[in-house]
Amino acid sequence: MPEPILQLRVLDAHYGDFQALFGIDMDVSDGEVIAIIGANGAGKTTLMRSISGLLPNAAAQIVYRGQPIGALRADQIAQSGIALVPEGRQLFPSLSVEENLLIGGQVGRKGPWSLEQIFQLFPVLKERRNQAATTLSGGQQQMVAIGRALMANPDLILFDEISLGLAPVIIKTIYDALPQIVGQGMTAMLVEQDITKALSVSSRVYCLQEGRVSLEGRTETIDRDDITRAYFGTES
Amino acid sequence: MDWISALVQGTLLGGLYALFAAGLSLIFGVMRLVNIAHGDLIVLAAYMGLSTTVMLGIHPFVALLIVIPAMAGAGYCLQRAVLNQTLGDDILPPLLVTFGLSVILQNALLEGYSADPQKLSAGGVETASVQLGGLSIGVLPLLTFLIAVAVIAGLQFIFYRTAIGRAFRAVSDNADIAQLMGLNKAHIFGLAMALALAVTAIAGILLGVRTSFDPSVGGARLIFGFEAVIIGGLGNLWGTLAGGVILGVAQTLGAKVDPGWQLLAGHVAFLVVLAVRPNGLFPRVAH
Ligand SMILES: Nc1ncnc2c1ncn2[C@@H]1O[C@H](COP(=O)(O)OP(=O)(O)O)[C@@H](O)[C@H]1O
Ligand SMILES: [Mg+2]
Repeated sequence: MPEPILQLRVLDAHYGDFQALFGIDMDVSDGEVIAIIGANGAGKTTLMRSISGLLPNAAAQIVYRGQPIGALRADQIAQSGIALVPEGRQLFPSLSVEENLLIGGQVGRKGPWSLEQIFQLFPVLKERRNQAATTLSGGQQQMVAIGRALMANPDLILFDEISLGLAPVIIKTIYDALPQIVGQGMTAMLVEQDITKALSVSSRVYCLQEGRVSLEGRTETIDRDDITRAYFGTES
Repeated sequence: MDWISALVQGTLLGGLYALFAAGLSLIFGVMRLVNIAHGDLIVLAAYMGLSTTVMLGIHPFVALLIVIPAMAGAGYCLQRAVLNQTLGDDILPPLLVTFGLSVILQNALLEGYSADPQKLSAGGVETASVQLGGLSIGVLPLLTFLIAVAVIAGLQFIFYRTAIGRAFRAVSDNADIAQLMGLNKAHIFGLAMALALAVTAIAGILLGVRTSFDPSVGGARLIFGFEAVIIGGLGNLWGTLAGGVILGVAQTLGAKVDPGWQLLAGHVAFLVVLAVRPNGLFPRVAH
């Protein structure tokens, strides 16, 4: 059994009075690629925001490499090696493509990823390096968002719906790049609404439904009907 | 010739106004904070200059070596201890708190230095002048203008060519996502305030050498700085310099017509620009 890199223990999340996550338990091992699936509003983004520190939690609810990190600030969590590719890309509009990448590297963690490596992975970004990030196409912006997260040389990378709103051919380009990314020994959690896409790259899957884990299992053994039930609710 | 002379003097005066404005513009640009105490912080810097020159017997320009770091340090602490707590979706708390700070500063200066007008003596630089093409130009206003250009070029360099400047722009774009890049918003804001008050230190010393000051003069400096920022267009530092120059020229030309019209002419110029170009003359272009 490989070392656990991330453990979620009865994780709750709230937006004011509204509770978005209920007692989530998860275990992620070093080097795994985990898919998180679930319908719109299931709480996938909330889970990503909690892990990365954008939503406050109790310290012991999130354990990273044996350390309780639930109560740390997002910048401290980033320093400790967790990076998020946020939903909707969220590039910095006043920064150029290259600056968006460089700021990801400002955490100062050592590792395989550098500006040159990112430009090798996504050559189109090199041509556009001096353009304002928001002048790029959606797919290219997603490449910048992924590159920005990689520049931090994280041990655990969180992808929140990286295929959202992109053309199939672009999605393919991005998914084709994933093995190169996680092949470096990085652990990944991949949020997707597209179940087939998610299962194609992951070794284990968690399904969320209305803020709770409704199903978990190994990708190769999991039953598609169970997934459908866990995804849409029991009545379907 | 008189008019040309007034034009030149107004332009040079604009340098001082740009120095008043640069810190204000920077703070607003990075953290959307309108610092009502900005003028009083300029006056505070002038008094710091007074104390250091009197106690150590040094020239006011040498005193910058002490006043700049002191103001920058005070700015960092002020931001982290007080102002960061007021920042949020509501713009009212920072306005109220900096207004309170303004009142506190004025009263503290009154208590510490009395209401007597003071002046920094710079050993003749104030009165020296050079002849340029038949015009007599004051050395101090010329120096002030050159310093303003250098300060704005320096800020521009920091903003667009350094890692900390990149961090300023990123935090200003989206503070949450910037945190994901390992940037501690509270610290970055502290650094921005430190930089702004370092500029304020320069402005305060030059103000104190140029004119006499007392604890009550901060408000007018805030207004001049504010007007220069708005005329130039928010978020554009070279625009701020242009705004300062327009304000300075309007004031000296107004004073030329009638000495009583100096301030009024400046305010009128401000209102005219605002009416014609509500975003200022050179609003920030996307990237
Ligand atoms: N900022 C917010 N304020 C209030 N409620 C929110 C906020 N963000 C998300 N929610 C709610 O939390 C639930 C989970 O949302 P989210 O995590 O974005 O779902 P998903 O990413 O799975 O689509 C939804 O019911 C959504 O309406
Ligand atoms: Mg989502």
